[in-house]
Amino acid sequence: MKNTLSFDLDKVLHDLKHHLPAQSPLKDFIHHNTLHAFQQSSFHDALNRANEIFGYKTYLQLSDYRQLFEQGKISQNALDYSLIEHNSIHIKEKVLNEIFDENVIPRIENVRKHWKASFHMDMDAMVHPLLFRILSSYLDQGIATWISPFSNDGFLSAIRQVEKSSATSFFRGKHARELLHDEETSLLDLLSLVVGEEKLFEHYLFDQQFSHPGWSGMVAVLSEDDKALLDGKRIDFQEFIHFELLLEIDALDYYFGEIWSPISYRIKEDIAALFAPTLPNELATVRAIWQDAYEKTYYDEVINGLLQKTSVPHKSTPLLQSIFCIDDRECSLRRHIEQLHPAIETYGTAGHFNVEFYFQPEHSPFYTKVCPAPITPRFLIKEIENPSTRKKEWHFNNKVQGLLPGLLASHTLGFWSGLKLLASIFKPIQNAASVSSSRHMDTAASLTIEHKAGEFSEDGLQIGFTVEQMADRLEGLLMSIGLNKNFAPLIYIVGHGSSSANNTHYAGYDCGACSGRPGSVNARVMSFIGNHDEVRKELVKRGIEIPTATQFVGVLHDTCRDEMSYFDEGIMNAENKRLHAQNKAYYLEALDLNSLERSRRFVVMDSSKSLKKVHRKVKLRAVSLFEPRPELNHATNTLCIVGRRSVTQELFLDRRSFLNSFDYTVDPTGKYLLGILNAVAPVCGGINLEYYFSRVDNQMLGAGTKLPHNVMGLIGVANGVDGDLRTGLPSQMIEVHDPLRLMVIVEHFPAVVLQTMQLNPATYEWFKNEWVKIVVLHPTEKKAYLFIKGAFVPYEGIVKSLTPIQDDELLNLLTMEHENLPVMELNH
Amino acid sequence: MEKFIHLFILLPIVAFMVSVMIPKKQERLLSRVAFVSVGLQFIAAVLFLILWISKGTPILNLKEFSIYKANNYDFFIDFYVDKITLVYLLLGSLITFVITVYSRYYLHREEGYKRFFNTVLFFYSGFNIIIFSGNIETLFIGWEILGISSFLLIAFYRDRYLPVKNAVKVFSIYRIGDVGLILAMWLSHHLWHENISFLKINNVELVHHHLADNSLVGLAIALMIFISASAKSAQLPFSSWLPRAMEGPTPSSAIFYGSLSVHIGAFLLLRTYPFWEFQTIFKIILIISGALTAIIATFISRVQSSIKSQIAYSSIAQIGLIFIEIAFGLEIIALIHIAGNAFLRTYQLLISPSVVSYKIREQLYEYKPRIRNFEDTLPKRIENTIFILSLKEWNLDSLMYRYLWNPIKRIGGRWTWMNFKYIFYVIAFMMSLGLVLLYFSDKIDIEVKHQLPLFFSVFGFLIAIKAFSERDSVRKSWTLILFNHLAIAIAISFNAHFDWMHHVWYLSGVLGSWFVGLMVINYLRKREVWISLNQFYGHAYEHPKTALIFLLCCLGFAGFPITPTFIGEDLIFSHIHYHQVGLALFTALSLIINGLATIRIYARIFLGPHVKNYHEVAKRSS
Repeated sequence: MKNTLSFDLDKVLHDLKHHLPAQSPLKDFIHHNTLHAFQQSSFHDALNRANEIFGYKTYLQLSDYRQLFEQGKISQNALDYSLIEHNSIHIKEKVLNEIFDENVIPRIENVRKHWKASFHMDMDAMVHPLLFRILSSYLDQGIATWISPFSNDGFLSAIRQVEKSSATSFFRGKHARELLHDEETSLLDLLSLVVGEEKLFEHYLFDQQFSHPGWSGMVAVLSEDDKALLDGKRIDFQEFIHFELLLEIDALDYYFGEIWSPISYRIKEDIAALFAPTLPNELATVRAIWQDAYEKTYYDEVINGLLQKTSVPHKSTPLLQSIFCIDDRECSLRRHIEQLHPAIETYGTAGHFNVEFYFQPEHSPFYTKVCPAPITPRFLIKEIENPSTRKKEWHFNNKVQGLLPGLLASHTLGFWSGLKLLASIFKPIQNAASVSSSRHMDTAASLTIEHKAGEFSEDGLQIGFTVEQMADRLEGLLMSIGLNKNFAPLIYIVGHGSSSANNTHYAGYDCGACSGRPGSVNARVMSFIGNHDEVRKELVKRGIEIPTATQFVGVLHDTCRDEMSYFDEGIMNAENKRLHAQNKAYYLEALDLNSLERSRRFVVMDSSKSLKKVHRKVKLRAVSLFEPRPELNHATNTLCIVGRRSVTQELFLDRRSFLNSFDYTVDPTGKYLLGILNAVAPVCGGINLEYYFSRVDNQMLGAGTKLPHNVMGLIGVANGVDGDLRTGLPSQMIEVHDPLRLMVIVEHFPAVVLQTMQLNPATYEWFKNEWVKIVVLHPTEKKAYLFIKGAFVPYEGIVKSLTPIQDDELLNLLTMEHENLPVMELNH
Repeated sequence: MEKFIHLFILLPIVAFMVSVMIPKKQERLLSRVAFVSVGLQFIAAVLFLILWISKGTPILNLKEFSIYKANNYDFFIDFYVDKITLVYLLLGSLITFVITVYSRYYLHREEGYKRFFNTVLFFYSGFNIIIFSGNIETLFIGWEILGISSFLLIAFYRDRYLPVKNAVKVFSIYRIGDVGLILAMWLSHHLWHENISFLKINNVELVHHHLADNSLVGLAIALMIFISASAKSAQLPFSSWLPRAMEGPTPSSAIFYGSLSVHIGAFLLLRTYPFWEFQTIFKIILIISGALTAIIATFISRVQSSIKSQIAYSSIAQIGLIFIEIAFGLEIIALIHIAGNAFLRTYQLLISPSVVSYKIREQLYEYKPRIRNFEDTLPKRIENTIFILSLKEWNLDSLMYRYLWNPIKRIGGRWTWMNFKYIFYVIAFMMSLGLVLLYFSDKIDIEVKHQLPLFFSVFGFLIAIKAFSERDSVRKSWTLILFNHLAIAIAISFNAHFDWMHHVWYLSGVLGSWFVGLMVINYLRKREVWISLNQFYGHAYEHPKTALIFLLCCLGFAGFPITPTFIGEDLIFSHIHYHQVGLALFTALSLIINGLATIRIYARIFLGPHVKNYHEVAKRSS
């Protein structure tokens, strides 16, 4: 049939994929900007457009903002400032009081809705359930006990094969079936049949795919990355649409008989192009004003705090040094441990600790990437000599679902289930069904860290690192965090992971810098490198001298249980063993305090009980089946501070900040800063924006409440059995989150930062379009500069005195208060 | 000892009423009322069991009181205890207790926290009434409570499309089960000439005596019971509702569709076993049905790629086997099977989210690309055919639409050319005609007179269809339902010896509900721009209280046991003679359809995605 130039299928498919949710299968949860497709526009423009085109709620409701204003959570000053910034001081009255119509009639669905409006036919009800079932069955990773007869030659081909040798059909009528088997039929032919006029093709396809963005997004992701599933399934986005159109044709045949007209025949009105420009409107301005004022209120508080307090770096030899992940969840733990002894130093850096590789657990044929998602490593590290065995959970055994085994099971094991049920409620314990961060790598197993000449994996990955490569990575790590002298006898490298039970989104709780895996292997690998004699010799040549007595220790911090496990303790010398025992006691106490601080957010917990008791209760969350909030993950994250610890050490930041150690004196030209910004913008920015959008529209951009979720094919969750996959974060993860954009604060000279951030266009886009805010703290002037429209200008904020708070007062506050706490000055 | 029964019946009801009074924000108190009361119930059940065993496991019966009595009609509440009751009591109280404790934390901060616990307690009250019931009438009260609480829990997330749609779907299947029971009551009333109690049907000779001359009626009663039991226990051809009921929070799916609600069909069969024990034909039907369900549901279960539907179909298959066990009289084995299956499925559903981490981990270490299934041994063509059929759930889900609801809608849709005024005139004319005929009923030819009830009941049925298929006007549909009830009343009035008081019973609830409902609709129309029946409006978002009032009206309208209409419906049936099968059938169909039309109106106006989207509204497919 005809194929004219006006409709460019490839481009439309590309645009579609770009706009669909880009969420990987459950096993790899990686935070990203939910509206990444709009990132080439500036933040507020993009939000307004997304609202008009797709109907997403991209801001809080005006009534929410006004309530925050009344509660003082948006300050008068910030509102005035924001009004001026938007040249809108004249509409202040409207901003404060006018009732706007916040309903939106989005452009999406405007074509396809005519099936119902003009044809009185419920197309979705006739197509969706079967489409989802077939797709889910094709992609299934191991729920179905009868592994489907679908071959793995691609979606359409698999369906054709099954259809061909069967006495029945997925379709109701002959027509669609014939079209399926006729390989000459192109997608354009089908579109002509269903849609009619070519000018509506694009809009129709968007309408169709956005009527089930979850499944479509999954197909789009899988069609790009054939390694995304363990049991790889080949699927092509175009083939999926092809099949959906066939089902629609079948539904039309069934509903109208053989004669029906395409949808365009009954569309009389002119339908606005989906991506036609959006007009500026007052409501959009008012929303932007409120959002900016909301953010400004908090930013002011932070900048004010940072400018007023700087601690004097400790001079003597430190007792211990801990290198943590940049993660906001480590923010409070670092504060607690530092407060226990003045000679304890902590650092923060991206939690893959500058070693990038694939990890292969023993007995597993699969590699797992353990570094930030955009990096493609050339190295492989294998786990060997793992002594432990895995426990089984018979409830997940396929046989139990069978007819006769099920008969036997319910007569016997059924009663055992009853007991387990009781036990799991009154005495939850770790079991085979729960997720534990420690299972990622066995503490007792060994790793192939050092490369032996000639050892490569089948697919060409180098097994382990050479001395030279190790030295590069250690140097990079130490220089970027500014730790190049004054080493403590023990340096702990603390990766983190999380434990939870009954949690489909478990992968989202681990380390973002390790592609959603616990950072234990990385911590252990980096410690090995740090302890390597040859590497140290090499580093001396490069000007970094690590004393012989200093030893590195790999650690895993479980952010849910607030526990630490230490690797390779056996290699310590006698003196360090003694010190280590003492250090462990500090960690233990800090972990108790940290769990107490976290407990204040779990409203159902009584934080006033004894420290140990509270910690025990917190630990229980990791194994309780009925606990939908094992931990709160990144909720409340708003800041990312890149600078020396002395900038933040005396401030209470309430677990709201990613903390990346960086010393501008060590890196005057911004060489290491570039690497930091390249990671911070997409990783922390991605986390922040995913939380933002899941919070402001938990229904369309988030996953809704997780309580009714049903696992589909091990790759996603849906509500009930006929639902679309839910993307984004469930409400239980975001309910305490304030939707504020991330503010990156860098301690350096504005000119250097500006130059550095412009080096990488992808990174620069985040800042330029204001998806992430950036402020520079001038190290010598003690002034802040805000990045606006391509330049750093002096930050205008209100200076007020900081509230000082004593340790015991703070502790008291932490047990009483559930809400966000202000930035305060810590007094010891 | 019988007095204990009061405790078991009243405790959950009292707890439910207390729970309704507690303010929404009091999470702690709400959950405490629920798990303390159900926990007490469990302890009491254990003590009762010990006492019962020590007394030599007697069968207990307690005739409570008559709600309505006339001639040989006696609607009385009756309670009964035997080992079946006790197994269900222990199972029910234990699982409900566990679920309430579980949900205390699980539902923390959920918008419908209070609604959830209220509904669970309401459900549990109904469950207890059923298992302790001593006659079908009492059982029916509990049965209705179970149905409505199921509807409420499936539509727990009432602001989304699918839960509401599925709730209505499940309700429609339950409604078929309800009418099965109503017809069973009608027939058995004529068979026994009294409202028979379960105690009496234990008397083999009595049953034998009555069935000897009326074996066909006996079979009909058994079949009606079977339809009810199959609908409630999701047997063929009703099975597809069970996976679709899994829309509420996971623990509610576990308690309802994993364990308690879904085994109530089996309870009904166990309870009525002495009645059909000697009806071989019926037992064969039961066995075939059970076997077919077991096999087909197993195939469907095996292709499910979602965890909850897999568990649902596996459970359905087991219940198919349980039906067979019951048919063979293996009471004890069936009871063990029921308890084991209930525990197993409850636990499987509760831990279902863990399947991701567990199986992914299992694969990570023991990846086997393709295992040979049992089905691979079949010829390819057969394998693929079964596969496709199973993936399409053997068309069970579309079956009801195809052969029941859609034809009904189509009949109703035929009259779109008739505007309401027109219809109103026709109805007014027919009603007046009916009244006139009634007045002169002595003078009508006896042959004609015998046809009149059927004539008016068919007319009433057509009105019900019109109400059900109305797409636009809410008030029209609402009022048509009223006319349907009136037409039924007129139809029955032609039968001899009709007592006008019975109409008062029947119509009092109907008229009251209609009137208040109409006020609510008018109230809403003044505040909202437009409401029709063509889409979901989700007005419960802004008008939660109004929604509750309207729901109560709907329940009254549909003959739910909160108004005298409930008794009235049964009374009406007691006036339908043995041979008036057509009249009974059309009256029953009317009740199914008007119940559906009623709940549909409620769902369309108050449930589903809110029509105003200034706040977060979910996609229809989500």
